[in-house]
Amino acid sequence: MTTLIETLAGVPAGSELSAALKARAEVMRLSEAAHDAVLVPREPGGLSHALRAALAARMCRLVGNAAAAAHYDVYLAHSDDADAAVLAQPGGTCGEPRQDAMARHADLLTLAPRKATKGDIEALKAAGISEPDIVRLSELAAFVNYQLRVIAGLKLLKGVQ
Amino acid sequence: MSQPIHTFTAKVPTWSPYVTPVELSTATPEQLAAMKVTPSNTGASPYVRTLAHDPESLEVRSPLFNLIMYGKDGLPPAERELGAIGASIVNRCVYCVAVHASRFINHTKREDVIDTIFAEERAARLEPRNQVLFDFAAKLSTMPIEADASDAQALKDAGLTALEQLDLVLSAAIFGWANRLMHTLGEPVA
Repeated sequence: MTTLIETLAGVPAGSELSAALKARAEVMRLSEAAHDAVLVPREPGGLSHALRAALAARMCRLVGNAAAAAHYDVYLAHSDDADAAVLAQPGGTCGEPRQDAMARHADLLTLAPRKATKGDIEALKAAGISEPDIVRLSELAAFVNYQLRVIAGLKLLKGVQ
Repeated sequence: MSQPIHTFTAKVPTWSPYVTPVELSTATPEQLAAMKVTPSNTGASPYVRTLAHDPESLEVRSPLFNLIMYGKDGLPPAERELGAIGASIVNRCVYCVAVHASRFINHTKREDVIDTIFAEERAARLEPRNQVLFDFAAKLSTMPIEADASDAQALKDAGLTALEQLDLVLSAAIFGWANRLMHTLGEPVA
């Protein structure tokens, strides 16, 4: 099975890097399972599947990976959720305080995680976001940033094989 | 009263969450399973109990993390730790740095390498192979991502196999994930 990361990295078959990916097939399989767990969980809590896809696409755009953004846009398009769709664009706000606060936090975790403080978590709580949803949002943002770095790294490595 | 720690240390602090961790007594069966709490393993750290608010993610992330950091063959364990440290320095996750600096020292007995990194951070001057590993991990972790073709070439020139190069990417990237939980959902205290 070719996973999303491998598809987006485009490592040529038959290369040493392709063989290395085969040796790390379980890492790729678990990465794909993690994608499903943050994007389409069985228990989404206060983050609908549409909102998750929109925030993922937004973070991909912030990091400059258009192909990954397009992947999440496909999930978003299936949802028919206009409020969430606005959030897929960096800077986009939907006017719903909870969702806008979550988008701001996704931006912070993508652009400058080192600047995050207790105050940022307090702001999410003040916006009415539950503690489980804060953790769900953090896992989503953390996963997408992981995924984008594996893809970026693989693209660099394939250039020097 | 314990105080937050803001400077890098290899002495592992306590992690104090900003959100209320799941209590084992009220956890759902799915949360207990994700925390790997069983009749013979009844403990779970505040960090794991915090992440148990999202058991579906936790259940996948734990084995993924362990495989990337502690899986066999490929990049030596100490060099995976260096990848973790490079990412965690950029993201300023003081707790992650402490854990993985102490593991690096356990593997290598090279406290001097860690002292240099703590003093100079990204400007640290290290011996050639450590330098390319550390720099690649740090540059893959910045926003925007600074790593470029010359950094990948430097890994190859340092003699890393394709599998070792991949393991370095994975160890830096998984800390792009871990840092975004540990540094943002709580703080190190001592």
